[in-house]
Amino acid sequence: MEFSLKNEQQQLLSKMATNDGHGENSPYFDGWKAYDSDPYHPTRNPNGVIQMGLAENQLCFDLIEEWVLNNPEASICTAEGANKFMEVAIYQDYHGLPEFRNAVAGFMEKVRGERVKFDPNRIVMSGGATGAHETLAFCLADPEDAFLVPTPYYPGFDRDLRWRTGIQLLPIVCHSSNDFKVTKESMEAAYQKAQEANIRVKGFLLNNPSNPLGTVLDRETLIDIVTFINDKNIHLICDEIYSATVFSQPEFISISEIIEHDVQCNRDLVHLVYSLSKDLGFPGFRVGILYSYNDAVVSCARKMSSFGLVSTQTQHLIASMLSDETFTDKIISTSSERLAARHGLFTRGLAQVGIGTLKSSAGLYFWMDLRRLLRESTFEAEMELWRIIIHEVKLNVSPGLSFHCSEPGWFRVCFANMDDESVRVALRRIHKFVLVQGKATEPTTPKSRCGSSKLQLSLSFRRLDERVMGSHMMSPHSPMASPLVRAT
Amino acid sequence: MEMLSKKATCKSHGQDSSYFLGWQEYEKNPFNEDRNPLGIIQMGLAENQLSFDLLESWLARNPDATMFGSNGGSIFKELALFQDYHGLQTFKTELVEFMAEIRRNKVRFDPQKLVLTAGATSANETLMFCLAEPGEAFLIPTPYYPGFDRDLKWRTGVKIVPIHCSSLNGFRITKAALDEAYDEALKLNLRVKGVFITNPSNPLGTTMNQDEFNHVISFAVSKNIHIVSDEIYAGTVFDSSKFTSIIEAIMDRNLEKTDIWSRIHVVSSLSKDLGLPGFRIGMIYSNNETLIAAATKMSSFGLVSSQTQYLLSKLLGDKKFTRHYIQENQRRLKKRQQVLVSGLQSYGIPCLKSNAGLFCWVDMRNLLSSNAFEAEMELWKKILYEVGLNISPGSSCHCTEPGWFRVCFANMSQETLNLSIHRLQAFVTSNGDGNYQNQKLSTRISRRNSLVVS
Repeated sequence: MEFSLKNEQQQLLSKMATNDGHGENSPYFDGWKAYDSDPYHPTRNPNGVIQMGLAENQLCFDLIEEWVLNNPEASICTAEGANKFMEVAIYQDYHGLPEFRNAVAGFMEKVRGERVKFDPNRIVMSGGATGAHETLAFCLADPEDAFLVPTPYYPGFDRDLRWRTGIQLLPIVCHSSNDFKVTKESMEAAYQKAQEANIRVKGFLLNNPSNPLGTVLDRETLIDIVTFINDKNIHLICDEIYSATVFSQPEFISISEIIEHDVQCNRDLVHLVYSLSKDLGFPGFRVGILYSYNDAVVSCARKMSSFGLVSTQTQHLIASMLSDETFTDKIISTSSERLAARHGLFTRGLAQVGIGTLKSSAGLYFWMDLRRLLRESTFEAEMELWRIIIHEVKLNVSPGLSFHCSEPGWFRVCFANMDDESVRVALRRIHKFVLVQGKATEPTTPKSRCGSSKLQLSLSFRRLDERVMGSHMMSPHSPMASPLVRAT
Repeated sequence: MEMLSKKATCKSHGQDSSYFLGWQEYEKNPFNEDRNPLGIIQMGLAENQLSFDLLESWLARNPDATMFGSNGGSIFKELALFQDYHGLQTFKTELVEFMAEIRRNKVRFDPQKLVLTAGATSANETLMFCLAEPGEAFLIPTPYYPGFDRDLKWRTGVKIVPIHCSSLNGFRITKAALDEAYDEALKLNLRVKGVFITNPSNPLGTTMNQDEFNHVISFAVSKNIHIVSDEIYAGTVFDSSKFTSIIEAIMDRNLEKTDIWSRIHVVSSLSKDLGLPGFRIGMIYSNNETLIAAATKMSSFGLVSSQTQYLLSKLLGDKKFTRHYIQENQRRLKKRQQVLVSGLQSYGIPCLKSNAGLFCWVDMRNLLSSNAFEAEMELWKKILYEVGLNISPGSSCHCTEPGWFRVCFANMSQETLNLSIHRLQAFVTSNGDGNYQNQKLSTRISRRNSLVVS
């Protein structure tokens, strides 16, 4: 009955409506589902799943709320702002409020240290960065055409770039052996592979700072990429959504700087995607920005923006907020400090139990190396480990497989979407888990007092728990027998 | 290699239409009472500016909508982080109640069957992506809103086949016209996936009657196809009792338990009813769960700002306000429409009898130099550049008969409307001689009597 009903639906609706192109059957979302059904809360559900799979920036809301309180005219609903209500509410021009575009352009310049200028007339609105990516795919490529994209990459790209557009994403495989850097060889290899398969490559999709790596691209690599796309005459889409989440060295270099200062290039090939969802923590406001150096793309994308304009109520608020330079200076620097502190807390905490992370200077997450905890170097083993982390350790982290990573054992862990107490709880859980696993997987250590060198992931957590609690042995690599580990 | 996509380089965005060109001319020389009194008056934009005072006074009475509650607690952070494509539950609940209120509560809506989208523009496109493959077709009665050429066809690859409606019967949909459109699609080798109706109609300003519902529903049942009903103007009906939603029409025919129930999809928005086009609040409503699931995921490409969802949940939650607003808004629209209709009628320009919308469908056939679309374009340009009024020519709405124009009346002050009527009157008077239609005027008027407002 159910089967025939489903079949019927599939004929009634389009293929697009009934296929998996939305990408939600990916493991990336399984963790979310586990979290949704058992969300952590310090008092109501202290044993729930902690959400570490959502790249949100919650660290600076105190500053933002203070600004909103002190600037009532930025809201068209307050006594101070209501005189603008009608004007704002009827404005549906897809160019967007001029003050909004000016403010966004100015903010983008500030984030790049005023090293480049952005023309407000090239700013096009979109339904979040999600909408911007899809719009660019519609503008630059026909169905079956492909974009090259370095792995690992944000899982949402599979949906945003491909689902309704019919284009393909082909990986430029990157490896941990050189910290997942994009190399000339890997770009060339990916391009050749496409040629051999008779697939027309129309563009190169770059995410800088990288999600999930948290790294920023160095000048040399950026120049190599621009040279590559220029030679091949293909488009470059650079998603700089995390540009203001840089918290340490090396600094962020925008593609806009490269094309303005470092290398000659056909600018009609270069397009930027931006949003306020990560830098400012406003995913709910759906402020997506598409910036292109190509006039025809600006014109086409602007017409397409009708399908995802930014609410003028929000444009008005953002225009006001981002044109307050005292505020924007403060938030950029404070956010950076707090991200650095949070990142440091986690990475040092992990290092204490011998867990490495990829060295990074940006993003709302880090790329965690759990390769040594895998039973074997396979993605099946990664999935097994991941399920344990979700269901037993109760942390929703994102497995590398869902980011198309070529090597098993890497996980993206978000750290900016929680309060300090949750951070402590999360670290305690990780410590506990790793100590339990870590004991069993140090066959190379002469001082190891483990019985078995094989990690028995099939053991139930409860039994492992008893062993840990009852045992007086601690891993030789643990700096101390932390009372916190036992307390959880 | 072509650097941009076919979609980027074709003309399917429809923006070369006179509908949009008129807007561009207006932008170059916009009327302003004080600063530019000889400028072009915008009568091509179907906006509702008549009831903002009601909204503004509500805002003044309700500071909670600022995202800081009366006790000082802020939900700003919660809203800023809220990106769930299921939408704010309180907003959806209030929205469906508002939709029901507009339909005299003859229909009740379930918020779980509602998808929020960035305007009806996005809702319509999303529906096409979900209901049809590229190259398949939807049948649409003419004349229709020019934006559909972009919204329904551009990125989706779906085709539109017109259901030709004629002034001879007040542009009502007939069974013959439906069959003819279907046959035309077959000839073009196009698979028909559905009928797309706009009720109340843009540009006609009329609500669908029982006969039309019978024809469309029977047709959709027999062909096993979808019905999409864009009800964006439902709140602009001057008299609520005259509006029937497609859902009510299906229920009246006891078809809820049949297949067609899962092939009925309603689109709406707050851009016309509440006059808030800038806020981008659109919606899809359907009983088809698979469709709702798919459309919800697709709404990721154009969600409604959480800040806006919150404001509207408060506004629509004030039932006393919404009831008063709906009635008062309708009263003002009716009055304004009467001003335009009687003003035009007084010097021999009839309008199609209408009971809804923010515009009139005006019969200027007797001002054409010949019964041809070239003559319509000539007349349109004269009205745009000499008279200084941007009105929308019927050809841009795919009308099959030249000489009809859509003229908006709710996006300006009473004074500006009076001025535009005066300008047109002066034009008509000075162009009174030598018109092709003059000879036949008396015959045409008598035939048209049943169609026009007396």
